[in-house]
Amino acid sequence: MAEKELDQGKRRFLLTATTVAAGGVAAGAAAVPFVASMLPSERAKAAGAPVEVDVSGLEPGQKMVVEWRGKPAWVVRRTPEMLKMVAADEERVADPDSKRSRQPAYAKNEMRSLKPEYLVVEGICTHLGCSPVDRLQSQPEAFAADWHGGFYCPCHGSLFDLAGRVYKNKPAPDNLPVPPYRFLSDTRLVIGEDTQGA
Amino acid sequence: MASTENKLPVTGAGPLNGVLTWVDQRFPLISLWKEHAAEYYAPKNFNFWYYFGSLAMFVLVLQIVTGIFLTMHYKPDAAQAFASVEYIMRDVPWGWLVRYMHSTGASMFFIVVYLHMFRGLMYGSYRKPRELIWIFGMVIYLMLMAEAFFGYLLPWGQMSFWGAQVIVNLFDALPLIGPDLALWIRGDYVVSDATLNRFFAFHVIAIPLVLVALVAAHLMALHEVGSNNPEGVEIKKTLGPDGHPVDGIPFHPYYTVKDTFGVMVFLALFAIVMFFMPEFGGYFLEYNNFIPADPLKTPSHIAPVWYFTPYYSILRAITEEFMIVLAIAVFFYGVLILRSAFRGSMKTIALIAIAVVLALFWALDAKVWGVIFMGLAVMIFFLLPWLDQSPVKSVRYKGGLYRSALGLFVVVFLVLGYYGTQPVTDLGTRISQIGTMLYFAFFMLMPWYSRMDTTRPEPVRLA
Repeated sequence: MAEKELDQGKRRFLLTATTVAAGGVAAGAAAVPFVASMLPSERAKAAGAPVEVDVSGLEPGQKMVVEWRGKPAWVVRRTPEMLKMVAADEERVADPDSKRSRQPAYAKNEMRSLKPEYLVVEGICTHLGCSPVDRLQSQPEAFAADWHGGFYCPCHGSLFDLAGRVYKNKPAPDNLPVPPYRFLSDTRLVIGEDTQGA
Repeated sequence: MASTENKLPVTGAGPLNGVLTWVDQRFPLISLWKEHAAEYYAPKNFNFWYYFGSLAMFVLVLQIVTGIFLTMHYKPDAAQAFASVEYIMRDVPWGWLVRYMHSTGASMFFIVVYLHMFRGLMYGSYRKPRELIWIFGMVIYLMLMAEAFFGYLLPWGQMSFWGAQVIVNLFDALPLIGPDLALWIRGDYVVSDATLNRFFAFHVIAIPLVLVALVAAHLMALHEVGSNNPEGVEIKKTLGPDGHPVDGIPFHPYYTVKDTFGVMVFLALFAIVMFFMPEFGGYFLEYNNFIPADPLKTPSHIAPVWYFTPYYSILRAITEEFMIVLAIAVFFYGVLILRSAFRGSMKTIALIAIAVVLALFWALDAKVWGVIFMGLAVMIFFLLPWLDQSPVKSVRYKGGLYRSALGLFVVVFLVLGYYGTQPVTDLGTRISQIGTMLYFAFFMLMPWYSRMDTTRPEPVRLA
């Protein structure tokens, strides 16, 4: 039988290549459980229940903080003067119509809220996740001489107005996110779910 | 196998001759000792700046030893971590001392490493054939930053929590993979117990193992090519009749004694800090970290620990406005490359890279660029061996251009570091922006100014 002579070099190469390929796939597959074990656990995923907030004690012009999904959620009861200041900030904020910011459809308006009187936002700066501090009064501040009231992030100096809208030329790209929420009554609201059941 | 019979008996160790011979016939003990100490010939002109390599190793050992004893009492649990650190400070016998050694050691580690790196910058220790030593060293520096960052979360104070929050969110800023990557790093939707637990694992085992291995690689590469020195002379070029460099002296006993003296002085300074000012005015231990972590409230002023602040300043300097300045700078850099006499292929690659960068300047947020520039500020050190085109290694033979550039770089690094500890002000931002430009100019323009510089010829031998 006239068999072709075996090309030992080619054969060796093929063996090595397939061994390396198979070994590589196996090593990659073996890494999956380790990498995946670092993802949020089932318990962490489950811990995201909505919270109920009683705002009956909240005076006009005051802010309260509640914990929602481990993060601060703010409720600000805005006075008519505060709402005027929000309207006056139109030119100074980066995303006045909240086009690129995160909020439910019912809060995608100038006051970024269901009811203009109550602002509900996540108190986490969209820059690097610090919680901005209150500078609710309309008065000159070290960081802005003509300050209309809002929030100041101590970490990197982002400024937000009383609708949680970020000022232009600040490190934070987006407005403060608005969580889903709905009113149960005039003085009680629930954060983390809305009428759509989100 | 054969060596068991062939290896010569060890002599000169007195009563230990027999034991050492037995070991040496089974393990390359004597040859290792000779290769890395007794017959490792180092240049005879090491000066003050050469203390910091051995000091860095000393601090590494100190951190590992103190760390082991701290883990005996520390609880990596969000509900117990803060209290367990206070327990170490108040109730564990000598716990305060071990903890202060560890916290002081962390800052000292960075002081020593920064001085060690500055030595490299001064004497061109990164130049051929020591590129890999430099690269291993830079990886050590990166790992050290990771180690410090993971460790800083463990006391679970306000700065721990919000520092981790900010740094993890740096990854969140990256396009496409960012949010998932940050989620994966945290193991939760917020910095939480899961995050603390895994940072503990990284801090006490994963990174230290890598660090020790890298230090070994750093030293092996060093002992392969031999040490540089303040004159930038390659002592291996002039060998004596015994085959050893004539300008070299055995590392042991000459430099082991010198380095031991260095350790003594260092320990004296260390003790002053540890006993009398362990917080070091809020720079080594930040005051806000004596408040337990509160996920609902960021401290009114947060700043990273001092050793990260130069990069933090660069992060904060990148605003939308400043991006325009950067775009113009990148454009002129492209023109500079075009006009220079590089190889054609390099030119094309560089130009395409710059065009892509300019295009991305508009495509990505200033926030993302802040993160990228901060990363680049660290990573650009890796390129030093190839950016420096000077015909000589040491600053002693380089001209005024390089000396001014290096001097300015040190000032810029310190100024950026200072503003990184301060709250944001308009002036601080402006200064940080100028600092950022100068910081990158030191590296990016080095291929040009290091060539234009008037250098003096390096000697062949040490005087």
